Amino acid sequence: MVATAVADGLFVMHGDQPHLIAARRKSDGRMRFPMPLGPEAALYEPVELPAEGKLWSYTVQRFRPKTPPYIGADDDASFKAFALGYIEFPDQVIVEGRILIDDTSTLRIGRPMKVVIEPFATSTRGEVSNFAFKPAD
Amino acid sequence: MTEVHIVGAGIHPFGRHPEKTGLDQGVFAVREALTDAGLTWEDVQFAFGGSSAAGSADAALPRLGLTGVQFINISNGCATGGSSLLSGYWAIKSGEFDIGVVLGFDKHPRGAFNADPEASGLQRWYGETGMMLTTQFFAMKIRRYMDLYGISNESLGRVAEKAYENGALTPHAWRREPVGLNTILGSQMLSDPLTKYMFCSPAEGGAALVLMSDKKMRELGLTGPRVRGAAVRTRVNGSFEVFSPSLDVERGPSPTQIASAAAFEMAGVGPSDIHVAQIQDTESGAEIMHMAENGFCADGEQERMLAEGATKLGGALPMNTDGGCLACGEPVGASGLRQVYENVQQLRKRADGRQVANASLAYSQVYGAPGLSAVAILEA
Repeated sequence: MVATAVADGLFVMHGDQPHLIAARRKSDGRMRFPMPLGPEAALYEPVELPAEGKLWSYTVQRFRPKTPPYIGADDDASFKAFALGYIEFPDQVIVEGRILIDDTSTLRIGRPMKVVIEPFATSTRGEVSNFAFKPAD
Repeated sequence: MTEVHIVGAGIHPFGRHPEKTGLDQGVFAVREALTDAGLTWEDVQFAFGGSSAAGSADAALPRLGLTGVQFINISNGCATGGSSLLSGYWAIKSGEFDIGVVLGFDKHPRGAFNADPEASGLQRWYGETGMMLTTQFFAMKIRRYMDLYGISNESLGRVAEKAYENGALTPHAWRREPVGLNTILGSQMLSDPLTKYMFCSPAEGGAALVLMSDKKMRELGLTGPRVRGAAVRTRVNGSFEVFSPSLDVERGPSPTQIASAAAFEMAGVGPSDIHVAQIQDTESGAEIMHMAENGFCADGEQERMLAEGATKLGGALPMNTDGGCLACGEPVGASGLRQVYENVQQLRKRADGRQVANASLAYSQVYGAPGLSAVAILEA
């Protein structure tokens, strides 16, 4: 079964490699992620980010976030801590995402990270996936 | 020019009070503040009040008295209390009113705050994937700061250790027992590098202040600290704020930095003139970063200052003398006014057991989602 993305328009696939779709404001070139929805979107143009960036800061989420809004397939007993952080795409934008890593003690600011797709939940929508980051070194 | 004074201050002890609503605690604080000033509700010409999770603040009116008073509900995130104070300040400063009350109260469920993405203008997936937690933001902000400026885990622990020491001395604090440094550092890791004892908890409580023009104060023979500076500022491009799916690569100042600079300019004093400070300590890292963002030290100096005990009672600049959010908990609507209440006690020499000697200029700063900061500078 093919997983559905948690939201449309967050990333695009080039072969096996996902690229995040950031937004550049037409008026001043300032970038953000993701593309705004609704009428605000007209003020921006989409920009595909590179496959790799550098870790800017990070933490480890050690308790299960509250539901709603969290839709992880786990419950309090089966929840596994996950890393997350901000990844800098130099001269463009810094994006927050989950980090797939076995040993969180090896996380370091500046460590190269690449964009991957992670199945992370089963919901009424079936298998749900989202973008994540993974060490590229 | 009209000057604004705080002639009465009241507080309902912070903590958990299953037998009382948030509103009960807010009304308690207002009555205590009025008694402190020797006034009654009938004397009050205006009020600003707020609560984040305990209903509308003007629900206090049937209990305090349906006098027809101008009452405006304030909702400004964690800076709700600071925003009420600023609103009251300008109401008197403008010359329009002489006597007003600002109040805040709250009562939150246990555990981390539960955020709604769409209420913050964010897309749902951000919360669905488990990234919309205030705790994560604080952890990532201090993580980067520690790496850039050489701050150790021990310093994080020292901030919490001081908070619980001060809380033990404070009647309105929630946590009244000291907690040792090793216990703090070794407690459950919640969001690395921050442990359980380094985070404050959502809580309950109420706080209220009576504001008065200098003219009316003299007329009634009252006294109280003068508000020398007060400012609220919001986030600018490049600041690092809670609930940000992305950040600008070009970094900018924080809302605390610009609110602090504005309040100091208004007061005509600088950070070195301050004798006692209450600054936002949602968690240990926030206090460390806010020490610099409010101008009390350069980035990285905190490591040495904390090792020397500079911010403890008896230190060069005592901070969060009532234990701050860490020892008092954070009822959002009341938290900023609790800081000002504590400064009023310090300036009126009523802070038994935790009194900062010769305190005549006191500073407070509350920071909160979605990226705003409120500062007040009081003079005895």
